[in-house]
Amino acid sequence: MTEMTKIVKTLANILFPFTVIFGLYIIAHGHLTPGGGFQGGAVVASGCALLLVAYGSRWVFTRIKEKRLAAFESIGAIAFITVALLGIVFSMMFFGNFLAGSNLLFGTTPATGSTLADFNTGGVLPLMNFAVGVKVIAGLFVIVLIMAYASSAKEWGS
Amino acid sequence: MEKRVIAGALALTIVAVFFAFSIFLLHPFGDPGEVQMDDHIIVNTQNETGTNNGVTSIVFDYRGFDTLGEATILFSAVAGVIMIFRRVKE
Repeated sequence: MTEMTKIVKTLANILFPFTVIFGLYIIAHGHLTPGGGFQGGAVVASGCALLLVAYGSRWVFTRIKEKRLAAFESIGAIAFITVALLGIVFSMMFFGNFLAGSNLLFGTTPATGSTLADFNTGGVLPLMNFAVGVKVIAGLFVIVLIMAYASSAKEWGS
Repeated sequence: MEKRVIAGALALTIVAVFFAFSIFLLHPFGDPGEVQMDDHIIVNTQNETGTNNGVTSIVFDYRGFDTLGEATILFSAVAGVIMIFRRVKE
């Protein structure tokens, strides 16, 4: 994938931060608003794909390696499993929500009925959202990156 | 070639018969049938999981195994893509 014109690059420069911030917002507020780790991660990964389209795969490849992204994906998966296994330790149940109602991190219980959104609620749901978000960002971006590399390997002659 | 056509027609017929039977087992329109689990989740999700978002509470708490399988699918998809598009030294 070769790089595109200056118009596309400028537009990508403007849109990329907003896309990433919007995706991270969806991940962080997954327990309050529609969306979650998967959806927000897909938004961030699409922003990275925009960067790849605008600047070309060689520009991206000199700055980020797919092995590091794969490592991030594994880190997200391990964090997800770890939170699920901690449920066995603290609440005798796989995927047990041991933080809900404990007044610790994310431990506040909201009043029953329609209430205002409080970020400090949800128990382990925000932690799982973060883990799945990291996993999906790295996973989808490494898929796009590897495919871009494979499609442009002949052009580089290497 | 003939055997493949016959096998395909047979498989299609079996699937079509199952779909045709399942049509008569559908609930009537607007009547979801048994809703005890839905009612339990709607009433108790704020107390049990401490979140205002019922959908996320189902995805990550009540149906956590489903999300685990989804994450596994994504992991295997990434592993497969890396394996297929790996750099081959000639």
